[in-house]
Amino acid sequence: MADTTTSTVALEETKAIDTKVDCRNINVFYGAKQAIFDVSMAIPSRSVTAFIGPSGCGKSTFLRCINRMNDTIESARVEGEVIIDGEDVNSAAVDPVLLRSRVGMVFQKPNPFPKTIYDNIAYGPRIHGLARSRDDLDEIVQNSLMRAGLWEEVKERLAEPGTGLSGGQQQRLCIARAIAVSPEVILMDEPCSALDPIATAKIEELIDELRERFCIVIVTHSMQQAARVSQRTAFFHLGKLVEVGDTEHIFTNPTDNRTQDYITGRFG
Amino acid sequence: MPELPGPLSFDDPEALARLKKRHAAERRFKFYGRLAISFALLFLGLLVVSIGSQAVAAFSHNKVVFHLPLEADLVAPNGPGDPAAVAENISGFYQLVREDLLATFPEAGETAARTRELNGLVTRLAVIPMARETSEHLDRLGETYRYRAPLSDDLDLYLKGKVAPEIDLRLDEITRVVRVRVGEGVEAVERLRLESASDFSVLREAMQRADTAMAEAGPDAGYSILLQHGANLVRLVPGETGETGETLFFEPLTGIPANLAGARPTARLILLPESARNVTDRQVAWTLALAEQGRIRSGLNWSLLTNADSTYPEIAGVLAAIVGSLFTMLVTSMIAIPIGVFAALYLEEYAPKNRVTDFIEVNINNLAAVPSIVFGLLGAAVFLNLLALPRSAPLVGGLVLGLLTLPTVIIASRAALRAVPPSIRSAALGLGASKTQTVFHHVLPLAAPGIMTGAIIGMARALGETAPLLLIGMVAFVAEVPSGPTDEATALPVLIYKWSTGAERAWEPNTAAAILVLLTFMVVMNAIAVFLRRRFERRW
Ligand SMILES: Nc1ncnc2c1ncn2[C@@H]1O[C@H](COP(=O)(O)OP(=O)(O)OP(=O)(O)O)[C@@H](O)[C@H]1O
Ligand SMILES: [Mg+2]
Repeated sequence: MADTTTSTVALEETKAIDTKVDCRNINVFYGAKQAIFDVSMAIPSRSVTAFIGPSGCGKSTFLRCINRMNDTIESARVEGEVIIDGEDVNSAAVDPVLLRSRVGMVFQKPNPFPKTIYDNIAYGPRIHGLARSRDDLDEIVQNSLMRAGLWEEVKERLAEPGTGLSGGQQQRLCIARAIAVSPEVILMDEPCSALDPIATAKIEELIDELRERFCIVIVTHSMQQAARVSQRTAFFHLGKLVEVGDTEHIFTNPTDNRTQDYITGRFG
Repeated sequence: MPELPGPLSFDDPEALARLKKRHAAERRFKFYGRLAISFALLFLGLLVVSIGSQAVAAFSHNKVVFHLPLEADLVAPNGPGDPAAVAENISGFYQLVREDLLATFPEAGETAARTRELNGLVTRLAVIPMARETSEHLDRLGETYRYRAPLSDDLDLYLKGKVAPEIDLRLDEITRVVRVRVGEGVEAVERLRLESASDFSVLREAMQRADTAMAEAGPDAGYSILLQHGANLVRLVPGETGETGETLFFEPLTGIPANLAGARPTARLILLPESARNVTDRQVAWTLALAEQGRIRSGLNWSLLTNADSTYPEIAGVLAAIVGSLFTMLVTSMIAIPIGVFAALYLEEYAPKNRVTDFIEVNINNLAAVPSIVFGLLGAAVFLNLLALPRSAPLVGGLVLGLLTLPTVIIASRAALRAVPPSIRSAALGLGASKTQTVFHHVLPLAAPGIMTGAIIGMARALGETAPLLLIGMVAFVAEVPSGPTDEATALPVLIYKWSTGAERAWEPNTAAAILVLLTFMVVMNAIAVFLRRRFERRW
């Protein structure tokens, strides 16, 4: 069967790369309906992995397994192991609260808190006790905004509400908010789908910079974006992982026909 | 494949006809909408105007001005060392009032019944504020105390023209006042024969008209005629005329009848027989005489707001009921808001969606529809009988109303929580906030204005509830302002209910005034709710 071969391919590659997140035999169910079928994949550290695939194929669902956001969906049930630094995040020993401080998330629609820009960034460090003093916190806020490339635009208006920024700025604010808690992995679910090309270009640039420190997983519907920002690409179809490999390889010489069809725009 | 229709042209007659119909339908709908709104506004206006016009009579009250010597042995029988005894010495102070009245109208001393009639001008309890004040300033014993006592409610209504229709006439000059004896033997009585230049032609005409009107009104109808010149008043004795049938006989009411000679008196036809009203002709005469002496002052009836309830409408006020209502609302809010908000939080944010929570949800909605009287019965059974809490206390009233308001608060809070976008929750959870941190740092603050609005509207509804309070005994007569939630108390709507069932006419304007007070509270509460909604409304 095709699935078993893909799994073996994935497992073989696992050894070759510096793995940050190792997903093994993931199955996800929404009630009785299965959304993810036995997906195994290794996600390397300090690089960008793109998830592509037609709508409804389970990219978001799989992404949410990595920081256990599926826990917040009542009907969702996850089977399998997600191993980060040798520990299964689904085991009882791992608290989802701590996990999410190590695995940050950026959502499709920018969702800043209706608070000031400063408080948006400072919220994570505050609840995780990352800042010892007010100066510490100021520094974290400034660093995060700088890394998100937003500092120059907002340094004069930190006390203004984050919801007053433009869509692109809001999304960068959300990225800054995610990196403020010093995560190791950042999950991005279609972070540019609500943005115009210029804002998108800025975010892509940002992702490229962030790659040097973080392990980034990005879900995208844009082939060009996947090709531009990612080093590895995983193609999902109907809840199954069809193919995963170096982006260049996937885009130039896919092994599976379905991947070929999808990236050339024949379905999706 | 069937052909698709071509594009419509702008002058296609069929399309234009359809368009016309559509516009007509739109205009019709707008018209119906305006009609509905006008109806609603009309009834609201009618309500306010009718209550307001009735209440006007209660907002001012006529007072009698007294200058009373504070005789030490009368008002302070235990000496100046005992202020409490002075404050409670209502009979002593009332005696000062009675003596003053009798000195003003000595003719009332003729019989004991007549003296009582005179004392009816001012009720006994009207001296309470004077007694209280004097007890605080005992150094003023022996001085003269200027006191404005509220005029008895019925006489007050008479002065406001609310007792009976009245015709006032200016008569021709009285030429002579003659004392005569009418009747024979023991039945002979002393009367006054007044002679007028025109033989009372104006008065006789008015009497004829009144007679025909009264004849139609029925056998019990009748009227009194008072002649007044200054502080001197006489009354026409009906049915007694001289041998010739031309002479009108009068009897003196107050003042010096001889003073009418040479004057052009006013004649007052009070078109209701004395037996059918609560004020006698004599009391009217005394009141008019006092007014003539400048001793009747109309003033704002502050006591309506600053007094507790009383059996006498002229000194009854809503203060105790307001305080009772406030204590009740305090307890209600302490029950309904925290429990309601936490229940809503749990159901909305934590509870799994299953049969049990569905069942709870349905029953909360049912509970919101349960008639309030049922809550009253429940309160009486549980709080009074089972837990033996004090009867008639705001504590119990507040508990009952709290239970009554609880479903409203829960439903409003859940709606407010549901209105917080899920993206805010995901954002917080994605950052590693725990469920509880998410709820208390983000969701609850965003839902707070909605929750407060719902809570205030629920409280406003509870403020107007009457039935459950009747059942737990908050209808008791309370003449003292309660000082805590366990004191005996009543509430505004209950007071309104009680006053509206009062027998005396003067309760009517009082009731309307109390309704206005209650409405004011409600409007203020709703305004706060609107303000909160506007002020803290957030866009995200
Ligand atoms: N909360 C949910 N409850 C039930 N079913 C869900 C839920 N979320 C997703 N699904 C189902 O799971 C499947 C995968 O959904 P998912 O959102 O992961 O797809 P996706 O690849 O992210 O799609 P898109 O590209 O449109 O975002 C879909 O069939 C969807 O209908
Ligand atoms: Mg998705």
